[in-house]
Amino acid sequence: MVGLSQPLLGPELERASATASSGSARERLDGGDALLLDALRRGDESAFSRLVDLHHASMVRVARLYVATVAAAEEVAQEAWLGVLQGLERFEGRCTLKAWIFAIVANCAKRRGVSDKRTVPMSSLAEDDAGGASVEPDRFLEDSHARWPGHWSQPPEAWGADRLVSRETLEAIASAMETLPPMQRAVMTMRDVEGLGSEETCQVLGLSEANQRVLLHRARSKVRKALESYMHEGEVSP
Amino acid sequence: MSGAIANELTCKELVELITDYFEDRLPTDENRRFELHVCTCTGCRVYLAQMRALVRAAGRLAEKDLPAAVRENLLRTFRDWKRGAAEP
Repeated sequence: MVGLSQPLLGPELERASATASSGSARERLDGGDALLLDALRRGDESAFSRLVDLHHASMVRVARLYVATVAAAEEVAQEAWLGVLQGLERFEGRCTLKAWIFAIVANCAKRRGVSDKRTVPMSSLAEDDAGGASVEPDRFLEDSHARWPGHWSQPPEAWGADRLVSRETLEAIASAMETLPPMQRAVMTMRDVEGLGSEETCQVLGLSEANQRVLLHRARSKVRKALESYMHEGEVSP
Repeated sequence: MSGAIANELTCKELVELITDYFEDRLPTDENRRFELHVCTCTGCRVYLAQMRALVRAAGRLAEKDLPAAVRENLLRTFRDWKRGAAEP
């Protein structure tokens, strides 16, 4: 494994993790993360092991947003761990530990992309598919309808709770997410799979809050649409 | 005669506002129109429930399986780092 000479974080996260002037340094750290960090800085191996349990699988998923294969994502995650260890001293907890780690993963993945043609291009918001209705317009009555303009003509049907928790349904969601444009997939992964907040998602992906929200909306709407097809026909629509 | 109340959101509009609603980004009056509509519209209540269910289900995709070989490899990285950090 090679040492990392370049800075691993974008300017925004560097600022967020830079030394706080006073008091606020630990504002984003929950108690568990603070204890874990203290133990890590003391070189406690079981603390590192715990951190690996908490974050490694997520780091591979985040890396997978940028590189084309699981094997490449695994390599990026391993490289990022070294970056995490080397950056420990400088981390001041002005974003959550998870967001800080994800930012390191994203930067490792992007840097790898410079030399690796397999990297998935992260398109800007403008390049992502523009607009498109969240629900097919023919599911609604015409805007000129005398009585119920814009009301459902084919309303959605409730999904059974038992099917929602099935492994097949989760796989349908995962494969629908795979077909999303890269930025939409990245935002939905951060928010809904990894459970990051909107502010942290913006920091890691370098997005404005408004753009992040638009991308999340498009992503969730499309995946809902695909899941609806799956629930009714047993297959995910393209 | 129209069945729709003047100024009421349509279902077609509501499905485009749902993320702003979840994110608490709707202006107060828009938020009120949204909730008023949901109260009276079964289709939109189902749509809202589906979106919530989707977000919950997506959270379950975060499985945490970790092969022993990967852990071993990372622990080696940690020990190397610790040795390096201890050196002057």
